[in-house]
Amino acid sequence: MSSLFNVIFTTEFAFSVLRVTTPILFAALGALISNRAGIINIGLEGIMLVAALSGVVVSAYTGSSWVGLMGAVLAGTLISGILAFFTLHFKTHIILGGVAINMFASGGTVFILYLLSGDKGSSTSLPSKVLPSVDIPLLKDIPVLGPIFSGHNVLTYMSIIAVFVVYYMLKRTPLGLRIRSVGENPQAAQSVGVSVVKVQYTALLLSGFFAGLGGAYMSMGYLSLFTRDMTAGRGWIAIAAESMGRSTTVGTTLTSLLFGAADALANALQVLKIPAELIGTLPYVTTVIGLIVYAVSESRKRNRKLKRLEKKS
Amino acid sequence: MMPNQLLEMKNITKVYPNGVVANQNVQFSLAEGEIHAIVGENGAGKSTLMKMMFGMEEPSEGEIILRGKQVLLASPQDAIDHGIGMVHQHFMLVPSFTVAENMVLGMEPKKGVSINYNEAVRMTEEMSKKYNLLVNPKAKVEDLSVGMKQKVEILKALLRGAEILILDEPTAVLTPQETEELFRELTQLKQQGHTIVFISHKLKEVKAICDRITIMRAGKSEGVFWTKDVTEQEISKLMVGRDVVLRYDKEKKPYGAPILSVTDFSLADETGKALLDKVAFKVRGGEIVGIAGVEGNGQTQLVEALTGSLAVRGGNVAIKGTDIQGYDIRKIRSLGVSYIPEDRMRQGAAKDASISDNLISTQYNTKAMNNGPFLKSKKIAKLATTLIEEFRVRCSGPNQPIGMLSGGNMQKVVVARECSTAPDLLIAEQPTRGVDIGAAQFIHQKLIELRDGGSGVLLISADLNEILELSDSLLVMYEGQIVAYLEEPWAVSEEELGLYMLGINRQDEQQIRRAVEA
Ligand SMILES: Nc1ncnc2c1ncn2[C@@H]1O[C@H](COP(=O)(O)OP(=O)(O)O)[C@@H](O)[C@H]1O
Ligand SMILES: [Mg+2]
Repeated sequence: MSSLFNVIFTTEFAFSVLRVTTPILFAALGALISNRAGIINIGLEGIMLVAALSGVVVSAYTGSSWVGLMGAVLAGTLISGILAFFTLHFKTHIILGGVAINMFASGGTVFILYLLSGDKGSSTSLPSKVLPSVDIPLLKDIPVLGPIFSGHNVLTYMSIIAVFVVYYMLKRTPLGLRIRSVGENPQAAQSVGVSVVKVQYTALLLSGFFAGLGGAYMSMGYLSLFTRDMTAGRGWIAIAAESMGRSTTVGTTLTSLLFGAADALANALQVLKIPAELIGTLPYVTTVIGLIVYAVSESRKRNRKLKRLEKKS
Repeated sequence: MMPNQLLEMKNITKVYPNGVVANQNVQFSLAEGEIHAIVGENGAGKSTLMKMMFGMEEPSEGEIILRGKQVLLASPQDAIDHGIGMVHQHFMLVPSFTVAENMVLGMEPKKGVSINYNEAVRMTEEMSKKYNLLVNPKAKVEDLSVGMKQKVEILKALLRGAEILILDEPTAVLTPQETEELFRELTQLKQQGHTIVFISHKLKEVKAICDRITIMRAGKSEGVFWTKDVTEQEISKLMVGRDVVLRYDKEKKPYGAPILSVTDFSLADETGKALLDKVAFKVRGGEIVGIAGVEGNGQTQLVEALTGSLAVRGGNVAIKGTDIQGYDIRKIRSLGVSYIPEDRMRQGAAKDASISDNLISTQYNTKAMNNGPFLKSKKIAKLATTLIEEFRVRCSGPNQPIGMLSGGNMQKVVVARECSTAPDLLIAEQPTRGVDIGAAQFIHQKLIELRDGGSGVLLISADLNEILELSDSLLVMYEGQIVAYLEEPWAVSEEELGLYMLGINRQDEQQIRRAVEA
């Protein structure tokens, strides 16, 4: 048990929480935007995967990690755009469309990887670039905080900025207002001339944009190469985080961190003699526990309210 | 005087994709500055005609001429651009938004990249003042009363430059006071030069404020009349195609044993304001007990408590002698209670499910309807067909989704379901709200049949005519209290009832106690 605490209460662990939260957070923000527009993007997993490969391929051929990042984001947005086109234009069911995207991404990325590198497992033979890590002046010299918050990949900082951007966008901008109105009462939006389809298109494209950033981080930050199915369920966890976060920006961010922490813990515990399979279940066990805690607290709240009513009457 | 023609709809025919012919060669014209009523039974095609005028549906045939020019209205935006606004039967508001946010949705004032919320509030206040429609711009819409929501809807249309304002059954959801207020507001709008289309079932209202009336029946126009030239009887004859009997013959029989007894039931809200204050009454077998009152005086909470969605704590509610404390709706139903909820769209029916599924939704789990995990589909189909016939539900068959039916027919399905289980107690909450005269009468007849068969009926209604005609005894609620118990409601005038409803008069304790002791 003491060795467990030795693992958790270290600045390295706190640092790694932020590190592994990044892709989940990006994808969860993507899930948030599309869900608020009333359309659930379950293609996030596939979109991240395609973006991860695109980043590697583009950066390898252009020699620039930044162009690679653009390629990844563009690919993510494009795939989401295709999903939007099928569901909003041809009225394919979003779940079917999303499943198709995920399956296509899983197989398609391996196919393209093989075409370009002759390897079905990873992109080791491609000279792909990595996005830089950033040391933050002043902060990096503060004890405890410095080692936790400084020295992260540039995308990790972008994910934190993205939280504020998304929060502001949803709360304060006309687009945010329209997204929320479409999600809550599409007829109301339609009746004042807001095009539901256009808003949902925009939301899905933004959703793909953020998932694309998450994908880029996977292959150009978290790791420095693409490997087969490397997103490993993060797109799905992001969807869970969004709904556990009750579709609010703050809630989604906090639950993403929770999942990130569980993930980091699973990584850290691998040094202890606990079966790897058991550790691997940690993020998922966290999900279940989180949902139970949420349900219990909600029903407590209801009971308290009733009790209050009773006292008064 | 020949009015100045503003808009004309010529030879309009509308066939919905499912084959329903909702409008057939309809003519409609609007004169500048008039209030024009469209009356007709549910399903007559009124909403459809107006949806075409507002660009929500496209006519299959016919043309729309605005100010002498033919126009194509392909979307609500087109209609808005042409100065046409609509307040829908079901409000088109976003509940979690504030009034100001709802007002500017789609045309948000901007400051940089964000919404200029202060400007939105200012715009709302300005419109509110200009048209004397008082709303609080910063209030959340979900916290508003129905009457307030309607004001927001009207303001929304006006803000978008509506000169023609369509109101689809605006009074169906309003209290008498709110209705009067609306009429004052509409008259004012008319004086300010707006043209108003007013859809209603209530002929008195139509007579009160409209200049002309277009009567619709079964998708066709039965003609247009000057309001002052036709009587209510003539209108209703053209609407329904038969003379409407507004009196019911009820057999006078001694009442049976008490089925529902409520004793000293009190309830307060979060702020400590009393919602129900020592409410006590009985419903006996063979008796229709009416509850009248301006909406928001505790009726909703009373019904919620009786149907198990609000816990009974202060006081006691017993059904056939069983205390229902801690009971949920299923357990309450198993005591022989049926419930027609006020909101058929949200509570009364599952919109996308079929008529037959909706008909058995309260008894699919009984032995009569299933063999273990499987439903007895033949039996259910037969039951559904019988009920559809008995209740004269106009539909294409038991498998049609209930959401496709008109309001009146949807309500008939709900009533059929609730009556078919031969309940001992029926709680009917606004059973004919927004329902046409024909269907309403039919539903009234069914309630009386139940009563004559020895069941107790608790009728909560804002329709004074309905409650005075049907009830054997009548309770009036005001601010959570019962302020009057009236034993021969049909002999009570609407004026007298109004005094109780508005809290101007109240009976003394002893008279009110008769509700329990009689
Ligand atoms: N979207 C729709 N699709 C198919 N049928 C419809 C639709 N809307 C209305 N109807 C049918 O058209 C007829 C007229 O309906 P409506 O115009 O709503 O009548 P009203 O407003 O007079 O009650 C009804 O039979 C109704 O069931
Ligand atoms: Mg209608």
